Amino acid sequence: MAARTDLDHVRELMALATGDEKHDESSTSTLDALWVLYDRVLQIDPAAPRDETRDRFILSKGHGPSAYYAVLAAKGFFPEDVLAGFLEWGNPLGSHPDRNQVPGVEASTGSLGHGLALAVGSALALRAKGSTDERVVVLCGDAELNEGSNWESILLAPHLNLTNLTLLVIDNHSSSIPMGPWQPRLGSFGWGVVVVDGHDQEQLYDALSLRSPERPNAVIADIPEGEW
Amino acid sequence: MVTDMRTQLARTATDLVERDPNVAVVLAEISVDRFGRAIEVAPDRVINVGIMEQTLIGVAAGFAMEGFHAIAHTMAPFLVERPFEQVKLDFGYQGLGGTLASVGAPYDYGTEGGTHHSPGDVGVVLTVPNTDVLVPGCAAELDRLLRATYADGRLTYLRAGVAQSDVAFDVARGRLEVVRRGARATVLAVGPLLSRTLAACEGLDVSVLYTASVAPFDAAGLAAAVGEDPLVIAVEPFYEGTVLPALAGALRHVPARFASVGVPRRFITSYGTAEEHDRELGMDVAGIRRRLVGALELG
Repeated sequence: MAARTDLDHVRELMALATGDEKHDESSTSTLDALWVLYDRVLQIDPAAPRDETRDRFILSKGHGPSAYYAVLAAKGFFPEDVLAGFLEWGNPLGSHPDRNQVPGVEASTGSLGHGLALAVGSALALRAKGSTDERVVVLCGDAELNEGSNWESILLAPHLNLTNLTLLVIDNHSSSIPMGPWQPRLGSFGWGVVVVDGHDQEQLYDALSLRSPERPNAVIADIPEGEW
Repeated sequence: MVTDMRTQLARTATDLVERDPNVAVVLAEISVDRFGRAIEVAPDRVINVGIMEQTLIGVAAGFAMEGFHAIAHTMAPFLVERPFEQVKLDFGYQGLGGTLASVGAPYDYGTEGGTHHSPGDVGVVLTVPNTDVLVPGCAAELDRLLRATYADGRLTYLRAGVAQSDVAFDVARGRLEVVRRGARATVLAVGPLLSRTLAACEGLDVSVLYTASVAPFDAAGLAAAVGEDPLVIAVEPFYEGTVLPALAGALRHVPARFASVGVPRRFITSYGTAEEHDRELGMDVAGIRRRLVGALELG
């Protein structure tokens, strides 16, 4: 019998947060990437989630946050039993995360196409502070990238040489308009682009740990249809 | 020579950038030429994002999330109408402070046509809860208001226009001034319309009040300035009726009557100077007087 892993525990926590089943696929598609980020990549102290020296993570798409909430709870940002009240009156965990109610949530998102510009602003602000170690990771869905506002920021970030910015795209092929091929599309805007298996945690770790000295990075986590 | 408000906005913002390392300015191509000094002294904090207004607001909010006092600036329709959801959510819903500083409303660049007019800007911004709306009457007032509010942690819409009043008041957020006293009615002039309103009220037995603070509105000041059965007429440099809910709220304890002299609620399809638009829309001195007298006759 295989050993129980921390990620198994996160899956158990996700099972507590029920009621948003229409976004199940959106949530499970992000699970491996979120786990790798919070377990091995991002430097954030759950006891001091607004500490100046933290890395920043923005769940731009906002949708399907039960995986996000479960990872945050597993890492100690808030008590695990809060998950059982997901979507219930008086509980801080709604269908879209709220920075003013949920410890560890960096931005209030859910309306698609907002998080990337916020991330660009945050990355610029870190540079203006002289903060060179901290980085900003923003997660967008492939369908979210239909929104034109994202393409403003996709144009802007390389122009501003935001090497402290990583765009993580969960490409679960939910977009009615296929968004690939990613390399030529984002690459032509000046991004470094790596496409990985969205369920392969080692590939995700290698790609998300990368920080180019010259350009912002995009990591495309590919999730084949039906393998959410 | 009188300094125009757009130039004053750039000067004051530049001074704040130089004095306060927590100030960030985000531009969207408009007025970049006036921010040369600021860009030179603080290139990491004065950013021109190009012609991308949703990103203008998002980036400014990103700076605010990191504790900066962000000032976002472009023309009014492109600052609050085009990226309204970013204003509403990125700043408003997230509870972030910042300054959205516009130029061009309601129809300052009158030859540009309806695509560049924005008489509805203040009404739109007022739908975002906990947002301040400041409409200075002249460059000196703009300077005073921006310095007083840029770091107060609130979301502020600061509206700079081409038209200016001749006199500067010691304006402040939430303050109303009694300019003169009369018996028949109370006329409230907003921002740059004070001089025109005073000229239009020549010989009329009315009180004239003045404010540059649409929100918060000095409800107590208005209540104290009017009689027991008041007729209050707002002279407002945006769509007519925009400030009436604030006036009604301030006077809910008395049987008050209200009227508005503002920009008529229709699309403007003519081309010409701001003065020509004023004349066409009843917002010049003669038009304001005609509309005031009409409101007085109706009682």
